[in-house]
Amino acid sequence: MFIDTLLIGISSGAIYSLMALALVLVWRSTRVVNFAQSGQAVLSTYIGYEITSKTHNYWISLPLAIICGALIGSLVDLLFMSLLSKRVKSGPIAEIAPVIATLGLLGLIQSVIGLIWGNAFLQYPSPLSGKGFTFGSHTVPFSPQNLFIVLASATVLAIFGVVFRFTNLGLALRASSFAPEIAQLAGIRVSRVRNIGWSFAGAAGAVAGAVITPTSTLSPNSLDLLFVSGFIAAVIGGLDSLVGAVVGGLVLGIGFSFILQYISSSVTFLAGFIILMIVLLVRPRGIFGKRVGRNA
Amino acid sequence: MNQGLVVSNLSIDYGSVSAVKDLSFALTPGELVAVIGSNGSGKSTLIRSLSGLIAPTTGAASWNGRSLLGKKPEELVREGIVHISEGKSVIPELTVAENLALGGLWRSDKNDVRLAHEESLQIFPILATRLNQRADSLSGGERQMLAIARALISRPQLLLLDEPSLGLAPLIIEQIFVALNNLRKRYGLTVLLVEQNAMSALKIADRGLILHLGQLVTSGTPAELMQDPQLRAAYLGF
Amino acid sequence: MLKHRLTPLQRAGILALIGIALLTASRFIGELRDYQGAQVAVYVIAISSITLLTGYSGQISLGHGAVMAIGGYGAALSFSLWHFPFVIALLFGTFVGTVAGFVLGVAAARLSGPYLAGTTLALAVGLPTIADQFKVLGGEQGLSFDIGDAPPWARKLGGSEFTQYKWFFWIAVIAALITLWAITNLLHSNYGRNWRAARNNAVAASLAGINVARGKILAFTVSSALASLAGALFGLLLGIVTPTAFPLSLSFAIVTGAVLAGVSNLAGSIVGAVVLVTIPEVSGALATHLGGSQKVTANLPGLVTSLLLILVVLFMPHGLRIRRFKGMKKLRRNT
Repeated sequence: MFIDTLLIGISSGAIYSLMALALVLVWRSTRVVNFAQSGQAVLSTYIGYEITSKTHNYWISLPLAIICGALIGSLVDLLFMSLLSKRVKSGPIAEIAPVIATLGLLGLIQSVIGLIWGNAFLQYPSPLSGKGFTFGSHTVPFSPQNLFIVLASATVLAIFGVVFRFTNLGLALRASSFAPEIAQLAGIRVSRVRNIGWSFAGAAGAVAGAVITPTSTLSPNSLDLLFVSGFIAAVIGGLDSLVGAVVGGLVLGIGFSFILQYISSSVTFLAGFIILMIVLLVRPRGIFGKRVGRNA
Repeated sequence: MNQGLVVSNLSIDYGSVSAVKDLSFALTPGELVAVIGSNGSGKSTLIRSLSGLIAPTTGAASWNGRSLLGKKPEELVREGIVHISEGKSVIPELTVAENLALGGLWRSDKNDVRLAHEESLQIFPILATRLNQRADSLSGGERQMLAIARALISRPQLLLLDEPSLGLAPLIIEQIFVALNNLRKRYGLTVLLVEQNAMSALKIADRGLILHLGQLVTSGTPAELMQDPQLRAAYLGF
Repeated sequence: MLKHRLTPLQRAGILALIGIALLTASRFIGELRDYQGAQVAVYVIAISSITLLTGYSGQISLGHGAVMAIGGYGAALSFSLWHFPFVIALLFGTFVGTVAGFVLGVAAARLSGPYLAGTTLALAVGLPTIADQFKVLGGEQGLSFDIGDAPPWARKLGGSEFTQYKWFFWIAVIAALITLWAITNLLHSNYGRNWRAARNNAVAASLAGINVARGKILAFTVSSALASLAGALFGLLLGIVTPTAFPLSLSFAIVTGAVLAGVSNLAGSIVGAVVLVTIPEVSGALATHLGGSQKVTANLPGLVTSLLLILVVLFMPHGLRIRRFKGMKKLRRNT
């Protein structure tokens, strides 16, 4: 039972990590919490759904949805955020403008999705079974779909880790987010690099949407709670840290899973709030926040 | 003659405050010119406008006949104009090796990047022993060396240096300035050196410009400037 | 109406006149308009809570819907369980919300920007789920908060056809006017001045001897008092409080209203509230006019609100103001 709960926790934690990673990527480079992230992710998932219903093949739609997610992220940066940073510079609204603007964008994306696909709950099945693995006579709640979620998330996290640590692009991304001006003076095209960061974030969100949706249903708001969890995870980890996003996601996923199993399903988000409060009261900038350094 | 750095009638305003007023001067290739002035004299503003960080209000500036204005810093780096900013010129969260690598990231000639990397480590051997340390573990002087070494990897022609002596001990300042002077001779660099520390700067400079409240007070060779007791008292501080 | 040089008493007089005018006007408008008017009044209070918090103390909350829920549940619980008169029930709900706001404010004062946004967001999603855990809070069914028809004296004043909705309108308008009066006085006090100072420059304010953290806590507490009063009134209008009556979208809606109002403009909260209440109706009419399908009618309000929000942030960062009142300018300078 303990192992089952842990495995389910890791599976949902992996998804939270992806969402948290998307938020951290954008936060580090733009100092904006992108509330539209769940809208972007759900839009790419709808596109994946559309491709699947045309081709009847999840494995074709998955990579295409991820590419679309990356494109959407890049477009949001180019068309929307650049305009925002040009127009809103000071005044009482400057601090909250990014929050408000991305909330507005979220509403916009979700209502456009509603206009195109309607607000009904859609089934977006994956070829993998949602039924738990069976060992002899014992069936565990952990299913092939859960295994796929963990593997897909781990793959994405590993790719990001390698890119950030060992490639020139990763170095440029880190330099641009730590010190945009110095990076510029060293010859790095910071706005282009930032745009790549946004597309990475969009791709991470798209993976999260595409692998989690088969376990429930698809609607314009279906990823909102995932976003909230991802945000809590990112804050727990300390918004600046990619490692923190992953750790925060796993902590939250496993925590939720145990609360669900041993206390009650309906208090999970309250528990999330309490976990968050405890972490922030001890460390107001998250576990991996500035004070211990901001290594990737 | 359009060779070198030519700045003409440059003015820069911050809102209603005028930071640089109608400034004109020129640097011939290979020259090291020190811009001397106290806080608020507009010298940092001047250098930031030449490297593309801020847009001047009016005037012109060109390097070897090509205008500098209206271009982003990262594009100017590609034209050989490298600005080493004041104080915080390295990225503390990155290692020494990563900070160095930044200078060559955009260059396609990777063989030359490798060569430049080796050369700068020969010039500042202390950095070679710290490659895997984070830059925030370096001393102030070492950080300045790292910033210069990173700039060298970009193979600059014009180096814009903003107060390299800031916060450093006199002995270290001496060391850095000697290294700087050797470098410009070795690579034929043109250097615009903005300094509050007039004495150290004028020791290695070919010429000095004195800036006060955004305007050019006078210019001349270090010997000329140091002869004038009034200038020494008012602006040079020694 | 919010001119600086007026004394609190004079301000009270002016607001009382406005109140009498509005209450008299309620005789001549239909039931639906009465209900919408009551909604506007409730939103004015809710938006003011954000204006006070964000515009005057620089903090952000995406969880004020949860604070509204606390006020709503406090009022409904005291009304249905202990049979408090409804006015006392409203005050009790406000009191509970204020206490909760103080506790939250202590935590919030330690957090900056996105960390506070994240925490309050988690609160907005998490808190309503508590109701499912306690029988006394009525689970998913919620708690009834039906105050019934107007008492005889009000009917005598309000005329023969004094319906329940007109009565709601009266209650909400009176509450909103008292609230506006109280906030205006507060913003003119030293507290208000200190908040603005701390928001504009925390370092300078603390050097000038202003306790920035204490000011933030106080602002959060007062803001929560307003939000919980709005929540209690919200429950009263609905006649019931349920966990789903205070969704995340409510938290977002009042922030939207505050931005439309121009976050540091108290008088603008009325504009924000009117816009929030009329958007569904206007866009609904538009959808019908376009002969739209169910998809269109369901999504047009969201589309319009979002577009409006984006446009306001990008192009009218001071909110949907046609022009600034002179008095407002003074108020802004002096607080």
